[in-house]
Amino acid sequence: MIDHESLRIGVYVCHCGSNIAGALDVEELTRFAEGLPGVALSRHYKYMCSDPGQELVKRDIVEHRLNRIVVAACSPNLHEPTFRRAAEDAGLNRFLVQMCNIREQVAWVTEDKADALTKAEAHLAGAVRRVAGHEPLQRQFVRIVPRALVVGGGIAGIQAALTLADAGHKVVLVEREPSIGGHMAMFDKTFPTLDCAACILTPKMTSVKLHPNIKLLTYSTVESVEGSVGNYRVKIRRKPRYIDEDLCVGCMQCIDGCVFTQAKFSNAFDQGLGLRKPVYLPFPQAVPPVPVVDPEVCLQIARGKCKQSCVEACGERNAFKFDQQEEIEEYNVGAIIVATGFKAFDPSVIEYYGYGKYPNVYTSLEVERLLNAGGPTGGKLVLRDGSTPKRVGIVHCVGSRDANYHPYCSRVCCMYALKLAHLVREKTGAEVTNCYIDIRTPGKGFEEFYNRVQNEGVQFIRGKVADITPAAGNGDSPHLPERPSGCLAQMGTVPFSGGLVMQVDDTLLGSIRKVEVDMVILAVALEAQADAGDVRRTFGISCSTEGFFLEKHPKLAPVNTANDGVMVAGACQGAKDIPDTVAQADAAAAKAMVLIDSGQIELEPNTAWVDEEMCSGCKTCISLCPYQAITPDEERKIAVIDQALCKGCGTCVAACPSGAAKQHLFGDEQVNEELEGLMNYV
Amino acid sequence: MSEPFKPKIVAFLCNWCSYTASDLAGTARIKYSPYARIIRVMCSGRVDPAFVLKAFGLGADGVLIAGCHPGDCHYIEQNYKTIRRHAMLRYFLERMGIEADRLRLVWASAAEGQYLAESIDRFVADVQKLGPLNWSENWRENGDRERALEEIVAEHAETMEVPV
Repeated sequence: MIDHESLRIGVYVCHCGSNIAGALDVEELTRFAEGLPGVALSRHYKYMCSDPGQELVKRDIVEHRLNRIVVAACSPNLHEPTFRRAAEDAGLNRFLVQMCNIREQVAWVTEDKADALTKAEAHLAGAVRRVAGHEPLQRQFVRIVPRALVVGGGIAGIQAALTLADAGHKVVLVEREPSIGGHMAMFDKTFPTLDCAACILTPKMTSVKLHPNIKLLTYSTVESVEGSVGNYRVKIRRKPRYIDEDLCVGCMQCIDGCVFTQAKFSNAFDQGLGLRKPVYLPFPQAVPPVPVVDPEVCLQIARGKCKQSCVEACGERNAFKFDQQEEIEEYNVGAIIVATGFKAFDPSVIEYYGYGKYPNVYTSLEVERLLNAGGPTGGKLVLRDGSTPKRVGIVHCVGSRDANYHPYCSRVCCMYALKLAHLVREKTGAEVTNCYIDIRTPGKGFEEFYNRVQNEGVQFIRGKVADITPAAGNGDSPHLPERPSGCLAQMGTVPFSGGLVMQVDDTLLGSIRKVEVDMVILAVALEAQADAGDVRRTFGISCSTEGFFLEKHPKLAPVNTANDGVMVAGACQGAKDIPDTVAQADAAAAKAMVLIDSGQIELEPNTAWVDEEMCSGCKTCISLCPYQAITPDEERKIAVIDQALCKGCGTCVAACPSGAAKQHLFGDEQVNEELEGLMNYV
Repeated sequence: MSEPFKPKIVAFLCNWCSYTASDLAGTARIKYSPYARIIRVMCSGRVDPAFVLKAFGLGADGVLIAGCHPGDCHYIEQNYKTIRRHAMLRYFLERMGIEADRLRLVWASAAEGQYLAESIDRFVADVQKLGPLNWSENWRENGDRERALEEIVAEHAETMEVPV
């Protein structure tokens, strides 16, 4: 029960400069507060969150013996901790403070000053009535599990895992593909320095494998995440490779020994341009260097009938395990870094670019594989018929900056298109024509690289390509029957080898141009992974409108998320290049360390509890709790809530038919008081 | 011209999605109707049906409950309980002579500041069409009350009936 006699509430109305004071009459609001029940003192001040503002509260608590504080200012998500700490400094229990949101929810969203004042008065009366019902509470802490989970083994995940591990922290790194490396491992060179991607990436991949602090789980996905910040229980689904990772030494004899003497299945890592056997290594530098068996095409697994020459080749290593099953492993972690990367836009949906229809229209990622010395052609850029292109067109902004697909700029395409232009010229001497909307090169050494490529004789046409069609007299067989699987195997057999015409509106020249080329490279957009929605749910974070994961604050908390223990890094948060990805991965690792090194974390104070006198043991609440925090005490015929498991949603409190289930800070008393305050005064 | 009707609306926003969405609407300076008075709860599942009734009892012309989208609840699945309570409350309000449309449930994620603002505007406009709650007046003394009470008693008896 509220002891109204002894209430001495202090109300503080913040101007927030002109943010609040410019939108409503703060003096009038202060006067209004004086008339509310239990208010001993009401003040307004320019910046309540400043040191002098906080000092004001502290002094008043002591001098005026205030026993409750209401601060009418910004959202509690911003400065509630500030004023709780100030109250505590002055000897008042930190939970006797209530924030009243008159900035985000009133000043910034209300046109009319009088309306704003009325709404602010209602909110303030609600806060004053509510705080009267607050009770002093003890702060509760739990230990943080000193281990981090990194999800995604691209450059972002690799970097984050290594940074954490080098600092002495235990890391579990999960990658769904058979090898770590991600998109970066597919690239040939990286802009603007033209470092070979493999040369700078593979040492890091090997470090991950060898690091004593890193547990690497490839070919695995995160099945579920339970618990909360500081203490997550993670279930990881491990797909069978059919080869024991511990027994395999990576000699690759099994691949040579496979009954399939020829590689005949499409290799996804090569974008379907290369072929592999049923037992394969996605690429030569794969980590771990353990082959994987494709159960759909392996004769032994698919049909149960094969002479198993691979097993013979493996010999006494005995690494083959055809009976391997999916396994679920469980780990406890304190912090999670989500670094699940991006997906390259599929341009086949843009019909007029003819991708999938004209064989010599490639995506940038396919060309990366062709240019890569470890790729399907050993680094030779060739057309489908095996010949070398003499004229190459590069189309910018495919799927980016296009209201029909993605309105955003993918940030990296201009630079990778310039890089590809350079590499194509270097390797083939072909004439290269770039068709762009704008060239965007904001980065260290980027503009210089653009100048360099221009000086190398690459052509630039400012205009969006409207159409790609076969060149005249070349209409025989423009259709590619089976794509993408095994395209390269058909090289030399595909009859179509003629030119293509890019039609582009040259906005500098002011006329339509037709450029004949042998090969078109589509600089495709970076988009959110197809399953970003599922991943988001698993980790309890949000997506922005474009499907990329949402950071807590775009400027001031760029790697944190709404879920306190989950950080994001790399292109899963938004399209970005390798330098930015690495920087963000290190930032995410640092944030994970902040959490883990603090050793403990404060629990939500608003847990539910049961008044034993009032509980009838009806068990209504028990099935409502998703955390199994409520258990029946059969002897006393009551329900008992485990304070360490309760997350404080209050659903059981809302459902309790006798009012025995109660909640700290969000109890019936507080909410009902706030309702009366909201409704009864203005 | 008479003064336009300025309804009093109570909006329960869940801390994790909808309250954050309202903060986002503020940060983005999206202007919306000032007639919704906001009350923060940790989860839409905390909204005790009694709170909604109390809000109407205190003269609210409308009650809005906003939470995380189904499947996105910060507390795993508690908003599903809100869905059921919402259905139950609408049924109950109707019987009590309050238009069920004075209660609305919306889902607004932390990224949907714009959507939340629009939802509040839409709800305010709809409540304005319904007019003031004016419960005793609106609930005409034409036997509605008696019939409603009888129905409730009958249903209660039915559910409490012990099979022989």
